[in-house]
Amino acid sequence: MRGTQRSALAAGVLGLAASGLAHAIEWNLQPAASAMAADIHWLHEAIMVLVTVIFIGVFSFMFYACYAHRKSKGHPAAQFHENTTVEIIWTVIPAIILVGIAWPVTKVVIAQKDTSSPELTVKVTGYQWKWGYEYLKGEGEGITFISTLATPREQIEGKAPKGEHYLLEVDNELVVPVGKKVRMITTAADVVHSWWVPAFGAKQDAIPGFVRDLWFKADKTGTFRSQCVELCGKEHGFMPIVVRVVTPEDYSKWVGEQKKAASAAAERK
Amino acid sequence: MSAVVDTHGHDHSHEHGHGHHGGYGGIMRWITTTNHKDIGTLYLWFSFIMFMTGGAMAMAIRLELFQPGIQFFNPDLFNQFTTMHGLIMVFGAIMPVFVGFANWQIPMMIGAPDMAFARLNNWSFWLLPFAATLLVLSFFMPGGAPGVGWTLYAPLTVQMGIGMDLTIFAVHLLGMSSILGSINIITTILNMRAPGMTLMRMPLFVWTWLITAYLLVAVMPVLAGAVTMTLTDRHFGTSFFNASGGGDPVLYQHIFWFFGHPEVYIIALPGFGVISQVIPAFSRKPLFGYASMVYATSAIAILSFIVWAHHMYTVGMPVTGQLFFMYATILIAVPTGVKVFNWVATMWRGSLTFETPMLFACGFLFMFTLGGMTGLVLALVPVDIQLQDTYYVVAHFHYVMVAGALFAAFAGIYFWIPKWTGKMYDETLGKIHFWLTLIFFNMIFFVQHFLGLAGMPRRIPDYPLIFETWNKISSIGAFGMGLTQLLFLYVVLKCIRSGPPAPAKPWEGADSLEWTHLPTPVPYHTWETPPVLK
Repeated sequence: MRGTQRSALAAGVLGLAASGLAHAIEWNLQPAASAMAADIHWLHEAIMVLVTVIFIGVFSFMFYACYAHRKSKGHPAAQFHENTTVEIIWTVIPAIILVGIAWPVTKVVIAQKDTSSPELTVKVTGYQWKWGYEYLKGEGEGITFISTLATPREQIEGKAPKGEHYLLEVDNELVVPVGKKVRMITTAADVVHSWWVPAFGAKQDAIPGFVRDLWFKADKTGTFRSQCVELCGKEHGFMPIVVRVVTPEDYSKWVGEQKKAASAAAERK
Repeated sequence: MSAVVDTHGHDHSHEHGHGHHGGYGGIMRWITTTNHKDIGTLYLWFSFIMFMTGGAMAMAIRLELFQPGIQFFNPDLFNQFTTMHGLIMVFGAIMPVFVGFANWQIPMMIGAPDMAFARLNNWSFWLLPFAATLLVLSFFMPGGAPGVGWTLYAPLTVQMGIGMDLTIFAVHLLGMSSILGSINIITTILNMRAPGMTLMRMPLFVWTWLITAYLLVAVMPVLAGAVTMTLTDRHFGTSFFNASGGGDPVLYQHIFWFFGHPEVYIIALPGFGVISQVIPAFSRKPLFGYASMVYATSAIAILSFIVWAHHMYTVGMPVTGQLFFMYATILIAVPTGVKVFNWVATMWRGSLTFETPMLFACGFLFMFTLGGMTGLVLALVPVDIQLQDTYYVVAHFHYVMVAGALFAAFAGIYFWIPKWTGKMYDETLGKIHFWLTLIFFNMIFFVQHFLGLAGMPRRIPDYPLIFETWNKISSIGAFGMGLTQLLFLYVVLKCIRSGPPAPAKPWEGADSLEWTHLPTPVPYHTWETPPVLK
């Protein structure tokens, strides 16, 4: 166990060094790139510690009984079968623990739902099987593009060696500025899809005919990768999400390039 | 398991004729039977065949996921396998196996001569093979079986071919079978108990089935409604789940999960019942907290109706909705905890032996609780939003469905097979079956927690390179688990054909009526005169 963890960790570190980007490790949540994701990681770790302690506590009783109260060791069977006090205790104590869990979680839930006053609003539309992005409000307003899988078919069919970002690369990445609250409005054109960036702790289903929203505020630059997470048909596994978080200056530069390209394209028509 | 020994063959001369298998022999005996033991046997064999069919699909899924890239099945066929694996395992394997137990055990345990509606019982069973045939046939329709996941989410279902319609009709038949079976079980338990068998003296297995049967009657019609609306959306121009016609795709999810969450307990509760018979028997000690077990089971069943939207945290509910469903969900941990504590307390200071049924019961207890713990993790909205639709969820529910329900079913089969057949299974092989199943099960599913945490979505036929190691381990585990179940088949067949005669009461601590008051093997007809309990 420890060996695999260490090698997984080593692989993670190597990957990090190789790409210079936030890189997923194989056995735990991807490194957080937003305060929300960090909160989720904290909650996950806290609840894991709690349930592990309870689990070990309960099953140490079971395994002790399995060891010490065996017939082969000549243990006689006691005949007790009721104890109201004990029953009340082990009903009430878990209930109290659960209230203790619910309190900090509630605060995160409320924060996660607060999509008010964003600095940039982008609409994302799920299509079978690609994502469409429209910058609705804020710097870059009016930019639209479609983002599709960039991994060549030969790699998928095993006719070419698989690249580093196999299935996690797109032709047009979503570009957002670091440290700015971004509101994503999700919808879909055909069936239900789901837009997710694990590093931001942000996931929202895209429902055809309805709009929903989510927000994130990336606290570091880099490229963050993910995939559609709601079964949407044949090519569900082949519509990745790639977000490139850049500095505000680089973002302005990118917006300028996009606008120039768009007007050039308009002139050509 | 068909070897109910015909003791009536000898005393037939002085009995009044109803010793016969309804007057038919051969295949007609099974088609026309109204005997609860025959029907129980049919359910058990049917569910085993479905278990192997659904298992074969699981092998296909794990074969494709053994390494990145598309090797064996195109993504469309892969989706069809995931869909049919889920439907077949839930409706074809796990639900019927417990109905098989109910048929065999409930009349024997409460002192009733048979189920209340014997002919209806026959029909409840014989609907199943037709439903299963429809499910399997859908693969051979133009466009193949539906590739939408067992949850059959709209509006993806509208895009599917005729296989989808076959699946919808199959779900209708399965639902009918479940409802009729449940009505039968409720009526039997409420009306046919032997004198003195008060409700609070019933074995816990009977209690869990009584509560399960009510759940089934309540929610199977809801599922039927959901798939019928899908059918009319597909063919008759309605727009229940289509926004452009004024409908809402999320409405489907609400209706489906209003069925779907109680369904989880429909699968789990009878398993709890089996475990509540097995643990006291091998601890040689009465079940601890019988009354609180009954109350906890009822509490779980009632709560299961108000937690459905925890399957839907990411659809975009209002914050109050998310909080309500989160609080209700974590509340279920209380009665579930009570049950686990009671089982452990039953073992505490007992006189324990570890024959195969007890091994499976301990495996159940340990791993079902592990699945419950990850359930608590998933109940928390922000954590669930991170993990929703990843392999973490796949790992979680397989701990509940396989290590929970399936292990309970194995425990029950090893526990009661001597009673049913009059022969003993091979204890060594049974133990090997347990340990291999345990090891391979964890090999498949424990590592899937890591995959989910690292971000691998479920229901994808191909994956990024970082997920390769755990997927390989998981696939190897799956092949091992599949092969191990052939060993189980061998153990059962060997027991039926050449097992040594079972003693009248092979389990020292077993105390329900079928062990204490009926001979082993049980005669074809039992309790023609009800026992009187003091």
